[in-house]
Amino acid sequence: MNQPQIARVFNSPVIDQVGVVERAKRFTTRSIKSEAKMQGLEMVLSMIDLTTLEGMDTEGKVKQLCYKAQHLHDSIDGLPTVAAICVYPNFVGLAKRCLAGSGINVASVATAFPSGNSSLEIKLADVSMAVSEGADEIDMVISRGRFHRGEYNFVFDEIAAVKAACGEARLKTILETGELGSLDKVRLASDIAIAAGADFIKTSTGKIQPAATMPVTLVMLEAIRDHFQKTGLMVGMKPAGGISKSKLALHYLIMVKETLGDAWLDPKWFRFGASSLANDVLMQIAKQRTGAYQAANYFAID
Amino acid sequence: MTHQNSNWDLSPAPESTGHISLKEHYGVFIDGEFRTPDHGNRFQSINPATGEVLAEITESSSQDVDRAVAAARAAYEGEWSKMGGRERGKYLYRLARMLQEKSREFAVIESLDGGKPIRESRDVDVPLAAAHLFYYAGWADKLSYAFPNRNPQPIGVAGQIIPWNFPLLMAAWKIAPALATGNTVVLKPAETTSLTALKLAELIQEAGFPPGVVNVVTGHGDVGAAIVKHDDVDKVAFTGSTEVGKLIQKSIAGTNKRCTLELGGKAANIVFDDAAIDQAVEGIVNGIYFNQGHVCCAGSRLFVQESIHDQLIEKLKHRMGTLIVGDPMDKNTDVGAINSREQLATIEQYIEVGKQEGAEFYQAECQLPEAGFWCRPTLFTDVAQSNRIAQEEIFGPVLAVQTFRTVAEVIKKANNTPYGLSAGVWTDKGSKIFNMTAQMKAGVVWANTYNLFDPTSPFGGFKESGFGREGGLHGLSAYLEI
Repeated sequence: MNQPQIARVFNSPVIDQVGVVERAKRFTTRSIKSEAKMQGLEMVLSMIDLTTLEGMDTEGKVKQLCYKAQHLHDSIDGLPTVAAICVYPNFVGLAKRCLAGSGINVASVATAFPSGNSSLEIKLADVSMAVSEGADEIDMVISRGRFHRGEYNFVFDEIAAVKAACGEARLKTILETGELGSLDKVRLASDIAIAAGADFIKTSTGKIQPAATMPVTLVMLEAIRDHFQKTGLMVGMKPAGGISKSKLALHYLIMVKETLGDAWLDPKWFRFGASSLANDVLMQIAKQRTGAYQAANYFAID
Repeated sequence: MTHQNSNWDLSPAPESTGHISLKEHYGVFIDGEFRTPDHGNRFQSINPATGEVLAEITESSSQDVDRAVAAARAAYEGEWSKMGGRERGKYLYRLARMLQEKSREFAVIESLDGGKPIRESRDVDVPLAAAHLFYYAGWADKLSYAFPNRNPQPIGVAGQIIPWNFPLLMAAWKIAPALATGNTVVLKPAETTSLTALKLAELIQEAGFPPGVVNVVTGHGDVGAAIVKHDDVDKVAFTGSTEVGKLIQKSIAGTNKRCTLELGGKAANIVFDDAAIDQAVEGIVNGIYFNQGHVCCAGSRLFVQESIHDQLIEKLKHRMGTLIVGDPMDKNTDVGAINSREQLATIEQYIEVGKQEGAEFYQAECQLPEAGFWCRPTLFTDVAQSNRIAQEEIFGPVLAVQTFRTVAEVIKKANNTPYGLSAGVWTDKGSKIFNMTAQMKAGVVWANTYNLFDPTSPFGGFKESGFGREGGLHGLSAYLEI
């Protein structure tokens, strides 16, 4: 603890929680109609990381997910595919084979997901396994315990080490904001992750409540914006967990557009980590196309 | 995966106007009835976003004002001042509920007539107007608790003259405390925005208020002057320009009329280097571009601590670029139309002054509609305290930015103005907030927020921003003999 802690080096700005909540609420008053709505819904679909992260995941479940990723709803023409599927490391090889040639990425959680409580060696081995199986993206978790102890250098170094282990794979760094306790801490963790080389910063594992919220995401987007203004380098954003309705997803896109600009409205820079969002979006697209809502049973759950 | 969007622009999302009811012409509302005076003088109320005529409004004569004051006097001497507080409260509660029920119609008419975005009239003006009515309705039967051992009594007939920037809200601010305390009212809305006051009169009629308790006369400045000068008016309440406020004070000098004035402002909005900067930017935008800057308490002078100036201005310009300027009826519009041709000319003149004074000029890039009156959100940096744009109230979306180095310096500069209505302080440090609020010569000081209103909180000015308070307990005392 003798070395200067990176938090001081960064001098992360303070965050006013009341102001953030107010601003986040303002995005939800945007009215997204007709063409903009259709365009937005298709964009949402293309940005989804279709996810299964359960202890009871099986090959069968992962295969179904991969099929769904490529065929969201074949009775509607011209739909985009999702951006990626997100699985545990032991399913990466299978998912790669299932998705071969589809252009859909395989993302793998790693680093002793979801708690991150293990040694660096084991975490790096976890990452290496996923990468060697062909993962295009690695979703790591930060060490929240160390973060709360104020060991920011440790958190930074760990992210940097994982980034090095990722090789060509893009690194998404999960802050698990539901465990950080304040928006000031969310901002600090974002700054550390970005500086340590994260290609994406991500809110949550989906295992902790609250998961993604608009205020938390806004604070992270502002960290990305400040980094871009300083360095000209783009970092991606992935809110995960708790976004299951189209309307909310569209409001997230409005927030991205007004905070970062249209350049981020691209699956390369923005993702939704979600399992049930896709079907609600499909339902809305079907409604826009046909003029009538269809029952949930018309949309395949897996 | 390769789905690429170069631009995602919002489609139009217009609020429908089919559900509102407006008459072709409006008479004056006297003694519980709408009356069309024999003189037949009228003027047009137009939609500032399109130039289209919305309705014809009566230009009241001094005889009309006489009749309105006489009706108010009769209602006061009759049942209203003698009615129990609980009964008066019931009328106000009823009016508040009816306003809520018709909130959509009121919001649409307010935006059509005044040019403000429907998002604001829907989310701010109308709900806040109802909140004021509810709040003062609650006080009506508790006046002896508000002023214990003082036997509070009403004053009589209140002449109330309101501005064009928040027409319905100002009507509610004025009417609610006056009626709750047992006074009767002659109200004059501003000539460019009479419609919601007239619609409110319709509600008052529908709510079954005793005739004459509220009277509404419409017209230009001389109608207001006739109310102020009227011998049988006991109390004058005015919200508007400092210039007119001074005329009012002159004209009531030597009378026993009570008076409250809520006048202009040139508020200092002060951002320290330890502030939450992105939220401060939001507050700056809300402080000056809310309601096109037609706000007496607008944060029109921005003071930024020098060490964060460049970063803050960059962020501010970025945020200004995301403001949607245009059709007030579109639900996505952030900044609507300038209220009138005259006001637009004033604002444009000040923008010229700012350029000539050598301040650096910046406007957000945005397409403006062709018809109607518009002004892009405007920013002047490198402004000096001695510049006119830093001293005079522009009443438009024009922000003048200065820098400062120390707390002592910014307090001096912030108070170095004839006005003193409001101020804003942005810092993460609580002790700094209390130090600042104690030293700002301003009626309202917001900390880490701006333009936030609540019926329980008194609002009013220091110095040439006026005297008397509206809202809260203080707002009651302006209408009582205590």
